Amino acid sequence: MAGKRGRMSQEVNAGSMADIAFLLLIFFLVTTTIASDKGLLTVLPPKQDPNTPPPEVPLNERNIFNILVNANDQLLVEGEPMNNTENLSAEVKAFILNFGRPNEEATALYNSLPESLKAQVNRDPKSSDHPMAGGAVVSIKTNRGTSYEKYLEVYDQVKRAYFEIYAERVGLTADQYRALSGRTAAEKELTDRGKEGIPMAISIAEPDKIGGN
Amino acid sequence: MSKFKKKNKTKENIPTSALPDIIFMLLFFFMVTTVLRENEMLVEQKLPQATQLQKLEKKSLISYLYVGKPKNTALYGTEPRIQANDVLIGTKDIVLWVNQEKDKLSEVERDQITISMKSDIEVKMGPIADIQLELREADARKLMYAAVGKVD
Repeated sequence: MAGKRGRMSQEVNAGSMADIAFLLLIFFLVTTTIASDKGLLTVLPPKQDPNTPPPEVPLNERNIFNILVNANDQLLVEGEPMNNTENLSAEVKAFILNFGRPNEEATALYNSLPESLKAQVNRDPKSSDHPMAGGAVVSIKTNRGTSYEKYLEVYDQVKRAYFEIYAERVGLTADQYRALSGRTAAEKELTDRGKEGIPMAISIAEPDKIGGN
Repeated sequence: MSKFKKKNKTKENIPTSALPDIIFMLLFFFMVTTVLRENEMLVEQKLPQATQLQKLEKKSLISYLYVGKPKNTALYGTEPRIQANDVLIGTKDIVLWVNQEKDKLSEVERDQITISMKSDIEVKMGPIADIQLELREADARKLMYAAVGKVD
């Protein structure tokens, strides 16, 4: 050994370098939380002027899909109690696409729908007239004591109904439709074509005061 | 040619000298992609689950409101509180806070401000409705209910 000293290998022992880097990597993995900016987008109604009461929009009872959630998180959908939200989006979808009494514009809209959506039209005279503005409104009314979790669950299901309709119109799945960013002209065109004529009419009523704080 | 010569002592160890480079690359990837949380959470945050999630494109337009039960219950009580930046505020201060946030944006983007409400699942609708009313008052009408994807 002693005689070899002059030709000692020059390279640094890099074997433990990997361990050090691993340690750093694991430290960063553990300490970081990946920020997720995902959620349900809404646009709140404009603020009310106390001097001018909101304009009374005459809406027929059949054009409103009522969802009530009480302080015990129990659901009342169109007057019927509902145990879970599994079938809610299907019911909302059937309500929106009812075309009970379409006017001229709504008939044109109906004719533009793909066959798969036309097949879902019930034409029930007791349900909504048409999906255009003023024709079908989904109303969610909560209580001040309703949990935020339940409210979001219901809201999520109603949005799902709309997104499924939009996506079906442009021949995408709902996931693909929601992922459209609108950054390119083609994506924006798809987004607009999906919701053209069918506004997302979700009305969130002021919660009533019982059972909350 | 016909004779297979017995190979004399193949080297058995894998060269590991490139391993640190690979690991460093991973490390740098994580360092670059992660965003450090800039403010400490004063309220509990367990986000609700939802399926119809959408992503927001411009992060600079988002301002965050955190709603939940304070972590320090001895100091702030157990009722849900609102946290903006790193302080707890009352419902009445929201209009002021929104205007401060709007001032940070350029003039053209001011009306596009989006409030991301990160609310705990334990919160009731009462405080949420109050916040929404204040946001309408402050004319910040684009609201996002922050949620995480549902895992079945």
